[in-house]
Amino acid sequence: MSAAHRDPAALPRLGWTLTALVLLWPLLQLADFRPAALFEPGNLAAMGNFLAGFLPLETSPDFLALLGRATVDTLAMATAGIAVAVLLAVPLGIVLTRSLSVAAIGPGRAGWVGQLLRAASRGLLAVLRGVPELVWALLFVRVFGLGPAAGVLALGITYGGMLGKVYGEILESTDARPARSLLEAGSGRLAALAYGLVPNAARELLSYTVYRWECAVRASVVMGFVGAGGLGQLMDQSMKMLNGGEAATILATFLVLVLAADGVSETLRRRMA
Amino acid sequence: MSFTLEGVGFTHANGHRALAGVDLRVAAGERVALIGASGAGKTTLLRVLAASLRPGSGRVELLGSAPWDVSPRDLRRLRARIGVVHQAPPIPPRQRVVTAVLAGRLGQWPLWKSLASLVLPVDPEGARRELARLDLAERLYDRCDRLSGGQLQRVALARVLYQQPELLLADEPVSAMDPALSELTVALLNDEARRRGVTLVASLHAVDLALRHFPRVVGVKDGSILFDLPAAEVNEALLRELYAAEGGLPLAGPPLPSSSPDAVPAAGSLPPLRCA
Amino acid sequence: MSRRAGVSGTAVLAVGLLLAAVAGSFAWLDMPLAALFTATAVEEAGGFVARFFPPDLAPDFIAKVGWAALETLAISLVSTLLAALAGALLALPAAGRHGLAGRHAARFALNLLRSVPELVWATLMVLAAGLGPFAGTLALALHTTGVLGRLFAEALENSPPTPAEALAGGGAPALVTFLYGTLPLVAPQWLAYALYRWEMNIRMAAILGFVGAGGLGALLYYSLSLFQEAQASTVIIAMLAMAVAVDGASAWLRRRAGA
Repeated sequence: MSAAHRDPAALPRLGWTLTALVLLWPLLQLADFRPAALFEPGNLAAMGNFLAGFLPLETSPDFLALLGRATVDTLAMATAGIAVAVLLAVPLGIVLTRSLSVAAIGPGRAGWVGQLLRAASRGLLAVLRGVPELVWALLFVRVFGLGPAAGVLALGITYGGMLGKVYGEILESTDARPARSLLEAGSGRLAALAYGLVPNAARELLSYTVYRWECAVRASVVMGFVGAGGLGQLMDQSMKMLNGGEAATILATFLVLVLAADGVSETLRRRMA
Repeated sequence: MSFTLEGVGFTHANGHRALAGVDLRVAAGERVALIGASGAGKTTLLRVLAASLRPGSGRVELLGSAPWDVSPRDLRRLRARIGVVHQAPPIPPRQRVVTAVLAGRLGQWPLWKSLASLVLPVDPEGARRELARLDLAERLYDRCDRLSGGQLQRVALARVLYQQPELLLADEPVSAMDPALSELTVALLNDEARRRGVTLVASLHAVDLALRHFPRVVGVKDGSILFDLPAAEVNEALLRELYAAEGGLPLAGPPLPSSSPDAVPAAGSLPPLRCA
Repeated sequence: MSRRAGVSGTAVLAVGLLLAAVAGSFAWLDMPLAALFTATAVEEAGGFVARFFPPDLAPDFIAKVGWAALETLAISLVSTLLAALAGALLALPAAGRHGLAGRHAARFALNLLRSVPELVWATLMVLAAGLGPFAGTLALALHTTGVLGRLFAEALENSPPTPAEALAGGGAPALVTFLYGTLPLVAPQWLAYALYRWEMNIRMAAILGFVGAGGLGALLYYSLSLFQEAQASTVIIAMLAMAVAVDGASAWLRRRAGA
């Protein structure tokens, strides 16, 4: 009687709760979780002095000129990075698209070549986007030296990986019939892409690219922390010198830039929709 | 006296006058049906009775206290004594039946008990008892999204019964059901109210259901009470006036050959007509 | 689709502006593009890449990487957990449940938290909490709170209010009303958002070490500074493996919760 009436979810719930508690403790230890550290006199003083330095904001003409240059650097890095990413993503995305496969529609070359090619590009894209952009940047700084070139290439590679995957997905999910009929009529793959798929997918492709540009602006802001120029580098220097006024001005610029990129991206995407 | 309304009026923010000068007294244990065209003010009236809408004018007394003169704490206590059956069962689909039923007493339980019940239901036997009366006992630990619409409405009913309210309000409780289930549900509401001695006020769109099951019927038109009579004294002329704007009587039952206008039957045995 | 047969003037203008922006960016950055493709540069890069192989698989270094990977996992999990809690707390006022003033204040706070990148938060938190994983945890938690709070608030605004209203009408206190009437409606979506952010955070946690906030990033930074490319390569492989593992775990949890 009582066994039949027992809540069937009780035991699993107990088990999950215990598992979570047992796991949480080592996790907190590993993450060195001790909120008290925030209130240690040394840390409080350091943070307090730094925050007190926030006001007044640093507004000397020299610094503002430097800041302006760094801001343009950041924007240019994001834009150039996206351009590189698109160059990388377009061919890979096209290769990924199964609806452009000539082998699939009839006799001809064996389909396995295409399949192999697709698997290879998928793997390549996964590696490109699997390594965070900052790691790429760190690597490129070692090859090309300090400066925005490393940032542009890092953004281009990571975002190329993301864009390529999404381009492929978008092209796959658009109506394949126009492209198929073009292919069946004997036209080439690029013609089938340009006249059969792109007209239907253009908006989505563009919209996603703009969204990625917005992300690239955020990402390029921090590229400077590994020496790839832009606002991040300026921030890094100010933080190292514990110059609160400069840091506050740069932070404010960050906010304005990120919010502006948000706004631009949203307006662009809304106008395209 | 279960509740008293005196000169109650309410005007929506958009200027629509939903209630005007409503007087209504209902004794403890009475069972009252509210009928009237849609938009007549039945729902607004029920919300005033549930102490969830403060009228713009008039006096409200519910279960011996004036809801809008007492502290927020006492208002919450008062609301916990009033049960409401909604038109659509207000139950999150992923909640389990047992939790949904036990939620009926959240207004009465101390905080720790409500929180504990979220982890492990504190009174599954109580929930099972209410569900058993509605033929749903074996679904106690099922998730609500696995139930049919009719079953879900019965779970909502079980929740209100588990609440053990002194005043039971129902706002079009059967409007989404087929005629057979409507009949069953309204009968059930009346049985439970009678068995527990609870005051029941239900708004119904189907006139025949109201006349068959409720001893007292109140007709609401344009925010005022048109008639307030024992079911047996409600005649077709009154009903035609009540539903003048809708051009026909809304009923739940099957269609019948139309009756001649001069042979006005007793309301209690009013032949069910097809609604227009 | 297109109503005109020809190409509209605005489209031409837009494409022109776009190309000009890209060209302008490259020109402004003054990138030595030509130098990148000279024989010596290619050779140098090739040599650099070659030094990454084979990865350093010495047992004591593997142990070090394993420990750092665990630390990274802990940072990502704890920070996501903290952010989900704080995000939920801020999402309630941000969804307009505590008046218009509360809504604006909460939205402003969320936007502020979200707009500052994780790495910038990390530099600030290193100052506030000292070097180490705790700074990284706080930094990720702060940024993620902004992101999750906004998403949570949107989910709240789109959930039907009737279950909560019914409970409040029955006299239930506000907290209980939320737990019984609103949370079950939004929980699956909130969980999905939190898991999705966990996938992002494991990647971020891996690089916060660059500014001294613990985890795999610190190891990568040191090994690259010390020209230990083989070790760096091991760390990068560990990062990739962690990201793939977390993606899998997150997908599994999402499926389980959705069932």
